[in-house]
Amino acid sequence: MSALLELSGVSVSFDGFKAINNLAFQINEPEMRAIIGPNGAGKTTFMDIVTGKTKPDEGRVLWGEKSINLIGKSESQIAREGVGRKFQKPTVFEDQTVRENLAMALKNPRGPFEVLFYRKSAEGAARIEAIAEQINLTDQLTRKSGELSHGQKQWLEIGMLLAQEPRLLLVDEPAAGMTPAEREKTTEILVEAAKTRAVVVVEHDMEFVRRLNCKVTVLHEGSVLAEGSLDHVTQNPEVIDVYLGR
Amino acid sequence: MRKSFIAQNPSVLWFLACLGLFTVVVTLMAEATGAGLISTSFVKTLGKVLCLCLVAIAMDVVWGYCGILSLGHFAFFGIGGYAVGMWLMYARTEAIVVSNLAERTIPATPTEVNDAIATQIFGVVGSSEFPLIWAFSHSLVLQLLLVVLVPGLLALIFGWLAFRSRVTGVYLSILTQAMTLALALYLFQNDSGLRGNNGLSGLQNIPGFEAVPQSVVSMGFFWASAIALGLGYVLFARVLSGKMGSVIRAIRDDETRVRFLGYHVESYKLFIFTLTAVVAGIAGALYYPQAGIINPAEIAPIASIYLAVWVAIGGRGRLYGAVIGTAFVSLLSSWFTGGGAPAVNLGFYTIQWTEWWLVLLGTSFVAVTLFFPAGIGGLFDKFARKSS
Repeated sequence: MSALLELSGVSVSFDGFKAINNLAFQINEPEMRAIIGPNGAGKTTFMDIVTGKTKPDEGRVLWGEKSINLIGKSESQIAREGVGRKFQKPTVFEDQTVRENLAMALKNPRGPFEVLFYRKSAEGAARIEAIAEQINLTDQLTRKSGELSHGQKQWLEIGMLLAQEPRLLLVDEPAAGMTPAEREKTTEILVEAAKTRAVVVVEHDMEFVRRLNCKVTVLHEGSVLAEGSLDHVTQNPEVIDVYLGR
Repeated sequence: MRKSFIAQNPSVLWFLACLGLFTVVVTLMAEATGAGLISTSFVKTLGKVLCLCLVAIAMDVVWGYCGILSLGHFAFFGIGGYAVGMWLMYARTEAIVVSNLAERTIPATPTEVNDAIATQIFGVVGSSEFPLIWAFSHSLVLQLLLVVLVPGLLALIFGWLAFRSRVTGVYLSILTQAMTLALALYLFQNDSGLRGNNGLSGLQNIPGFEAVPQSVVSMGFFWASAIALGLGYVLFARVLSGKMGSVIRAIRDDETRVRFLGYHVESYKLFIFTLTAVVAGIAGALYYPQAGIINPAEIAPIASIYLAVWVAIGGRGRLYGAVIGTAFVSLLSSWFTGGGAPAVNLGFYTIQWTEWWLVLLGTSFVAVTLFFPAGIGGLFDKFARKSS
């Protein structure tokens, strides 16, 4: 099985501060992976590099069967390659309805003229209905997404990611600010998604990570400190050191 | 397709009905075609207002929907005016020169005719030769093409450079303003080839229609402006409906997020910027034959700022809001500055509106921005919500 995404020797520094330091990372398809690490470990920078927001100083980011180099491609190109990203703060288009938000994310040609002459299809509508059902928002389709609760916005954003049909899903703190019931539903959605694609979840909450029941990568000072099951990494003395302080 | 689109958007139908009604009423009241209750000069004013409404909806699309506060759209408007003005001036001068030379016993050679026209047009700036940019001025068709092509190409090149460097927000506004200022300053020069600060004049005389009285010509332009506004409104409403509109508004609200959805944001901005620039050019080409004169002062950045003020007062992000704001403010402005408003005597000081109008406009702009961000158009939304 070849890796869907493979980072090797990736380094990036901001004003002399090494945010990512010789990082190596691999994920297969399908796979669920959790990334944990203290603040400033480079979790968000890692996502920025994969999605094309930040250009690394050195290293390689290889994607897919053909091992395409993602470095140098624009954010929108990488997204079209099949990388979806969910931000820490729910970012949905609040001025627009849930349906409009999902329709925009739906996998379809992205050129301005193709979009201008785009016609609604029964298929598209069915796909939106299916996703809405998956994220518990069937009754909210015609509501403005700005009126949704915090948890519902998080789900809508996950739904938008699913609508993009990405091969790799990068999810930044999906459970932040959610009620226990909402967390459970979120876990369910993510575990379901990981059956057919690669999902990377960045999370602080150990309880949530435990529920995902997957391989865990611990980042520290921009490189991988430990990797393995949650129990394995939490028993690692170095990890304990990093989390509890020296 | 179009039919079903209008049927799906009742607000477009409403707008077209109001515009049609307005046009018919003005026609019935005008000197040339009706009761004579409206003077020819006021018909021209109304026709000009319709052109301003057209450029205002273009501004609303680029600013209110796509989030690009362009301070260059009045420059595109002016370029459209110059492009059509060049033909108007050339053709009319040619007719005069030819009729003058016809009295001579030896027929004039084409070179002589050409030189005489050039001397007539460029005498004021001390030149007697046609600059290169007047190469197409003999042809109405070519100049009409330039009305669309020059603003379109300028917007395309400028937009491509600005958007690909990801210049956004206030920096982009400053950049567009710099472009506008540079263009105005260039046109002010005598050797710009467009008669410097004299601009182009006599544009109200349409070659070939000399025998037709101005009252009738003005009706023609009034109708043309109304039709252009109607078509422009439908065009923009179509662009803004459906998924395209969704993506454009999304770019306004969070362009980074749109990028991660896989949309190439720069292409969309460029498309909207260029399309609206072309429409602005067309609006200008209809405006200046009614105004009769165009000079570089018209293009100065302040004009584009006014445009933004009209759209803001009317209500950003609503096409009809831009129309209402523009019609309301520009008509009010011509009433105040034209001496129509009575002076207010406060005892110790008399407010002359010709001087104080700008203060009033500025204050209301600040008030609208602070207290009624939805503008006049926002009132309609409230009514619509109450009735539904």
